[in-house]
Amino acid sequence: MSSPLRSPMPNSASDQPRGNPDIRLSVEQASYAYSANPSQAPLFTLEAMSFQAKAGEIVAILGPNASGKSTLLRLISGALEPLSGRVFLNGFPTHALEPKVRAQRIAMVQQESKLLFPSRVWEFVLQGRHAHGRGVRFESEDDLTVAKNALAQVGALHLIDRWMDKISGGEKQRVILARALAQQPLLLLLDEPTLHLDIGAQVDLLESLRRLAAENRYTVVVVTHELNLTGEFADQVVLLQKGKCLRVGPPASVFQRDLLEHVFQAPLTVEMTSSGRPRVTLFNK
Amino acid sequence: MRPLTLGRLFLRCGILAAVLFVVVVIALKLGAVQVSLYGLGRDLIRVLLHRSAGISTDYGMIIVDIRLPRILLAVIVGAALSVAGTSFQALLRNPLADPYVLGISGGASVGAVLALILENQLSISPQFAGLVTPLFAFVGAGITIAGVYVLGRREGQIDSTTLLLGGVITASFLQAIIMFLMSTSAGGNLRGASYWMMGSLSSLPPRNLLYLVGVGSLIAAGAIYTTSSDLNLLLAGEKEAMHLGVDVPRVRIVVYVAASLLTGFAVSVSGTIGYVGLLVPHAMRMIFGSDHRMLLPASAFGGAIALVVADTIARTIVAPSELQVGAVTAIVGAPFFIYLLRKRLA
Repeated sequence: MSSPLRSPMPNSASDQPRGNPDIRLSVEQASYAYSANPSQAPLFTLEAMSFQAKAGEIVAILGPNASGKSTLLRLISGALEPLSGRVFLNGFPTHALEPKVRAQRIAMVQQESKLLFPSRVWEFVLQGRHAHGRGVRFESEDDLTVAKNALAQVGALHLIDRWMDKISGGEKQRVILARALAQQPLLLLLDEPTLHLDIGAQVDLLESLRRLAAENRYTVVVVTHELNLTGEFADQVVLLQKGKCLRVGPPASVFQRDLLEHVFQAPLTVEMTSSGRPRVTLFNK
Repeated sequence: MRPLTLGRLFLRCGILAAVLFVVVVIALKLGAVQVSLYGLGRDLIRVLLHRSAGISTDYGMIIVDIRLPRILLAVIVGAALSVAGTSFQALLRNPLADPYVLGISGGASVGAVLALILENQLSISPQFAGLVTPLFAFVGAGITIAGVYVLGRREGQIDSTTLLLGGVITASFLQAIIMFLMSTSAGGNLRGASYWMMGSLSSLPPRNLLYLVGVGSLIAAGAIYTTSSDLNLLLAGEKEAMHLGVDVPRVRIVVYVAASLLTGFAVSVSGTIGYVGLLVPHAMRMIFGSDHRMLLPASAFGGAIALVVADTIARTIVAPSELQVGAVTAIVGAPFFIYLLRKRLA
């Protein structure tokens, strides 16, 4: 398995308005609160948290249900404006970007959405090119090439003329990923991408993510509650519980038995594999 | 992989325009008074050259003054209703959305009737009055769609069953309102209650109103067309569309206002003709797919063709008497609606 590239870049000659040019994504004391109406106490609060990620890195947001994983992802995507603090992508606050510009820089793979009318795989992937055109646009040769390359990168080029509703769950997940790649983003966000996949397809997907992050220099942020996949594939883990960030760091430092048992409310053991990656085993209560 | 190109778009629109032309010619020929193709062509050219005075024969007058304007009205109303239907289906993410089924046409009717009552009460000059009716119809349509949208929301999401039920109930409520308005303010030029409930193309609107509706519909449909790429993405859901770069609030307001305008315009000159906005977009989707860059113009042509055909049937099938065109579209449209509903539930 290849490790992501982390060659230090010279600190001079940077077009970035602030911060370390090596850092692509920077979450700085960002918080959020949901409430039914402004006069009431919030129903859910995501407490202020900070972490940073470089190009080529995979960050896993890990936590049990209702820990605020998806909210944090939406903050990062710019769909939500932080209550306090900010989220920067290459030095620009993500929520302040225009929708089109944001889609050129940030791609989001959401939990599977239902299609209203049937569409072909190629039509679906070309949707990723929308942000790169203006008004009523007709796809250029460039767009078609990008779309084909995106499908090839996830090993789904053979599906190109199939209908979206006639392919398997694993194939669909790869096509959805290809649409995100067609956006040619800097930041790739995934909300529980392995949710409906069998274990083989889960490993496939995460291996492609690791490869893509290294090849295309994406920063990948993935929301998950899969402990072992996180331990195996993530460079950094953001561990959440009930809206609090408990720890940020590489899997080996975050995966500690007491901490995980506390967060996931289940007895477990953590052992280190020969590759230096943690492996978690769950017991019956 | 065969993405839509400008060339293919024009070719397909050309074919549809040719079909529309043929349908119009046939519709001009059919009726109580028989007309020869030669006579038809000669008189039409005279009209185009502004030499209508040269048309002396009786049947020429029938063609130019009666059938042609009526067919033009059918073209405008059919196109407007179909484009409005296509837009509402995308906006509400509901393939069963239609201005009539959702009560939007009913809201426009109430607006139009109120305008006509007001016109009688305040004795507004006819020149100005012609503009008040479509304006009120637009406002009526806009308020209704907003209301139905609120009714159809459950836990922040549009629930398609609730939306349809809300729409159907709203439509029947608005029909009752029309009946009430009709019975309390008799006289004037309110037309009959059945006009506002079933729609008809038999009474021609004043010329300035027809122009306003024609040009206004073209502008509104053009505004919707500028969002056609965005509508394709909106079908996948608002969140997803936003992440793909669609300015969702802007698209929503453009389509909402323009589709309400189209409905208001159509209703102010033809009453509530149902199911055109449901049937035509579906037929066009089966032929051309669901890409709105193609679907919107195809729906416009298809709606024009469908309503000219329906109206020709309406005025010839029980000749010398006449059926209301809304009855013809409902006889075809209602079973089709049931079919779509069953297919969705399956």
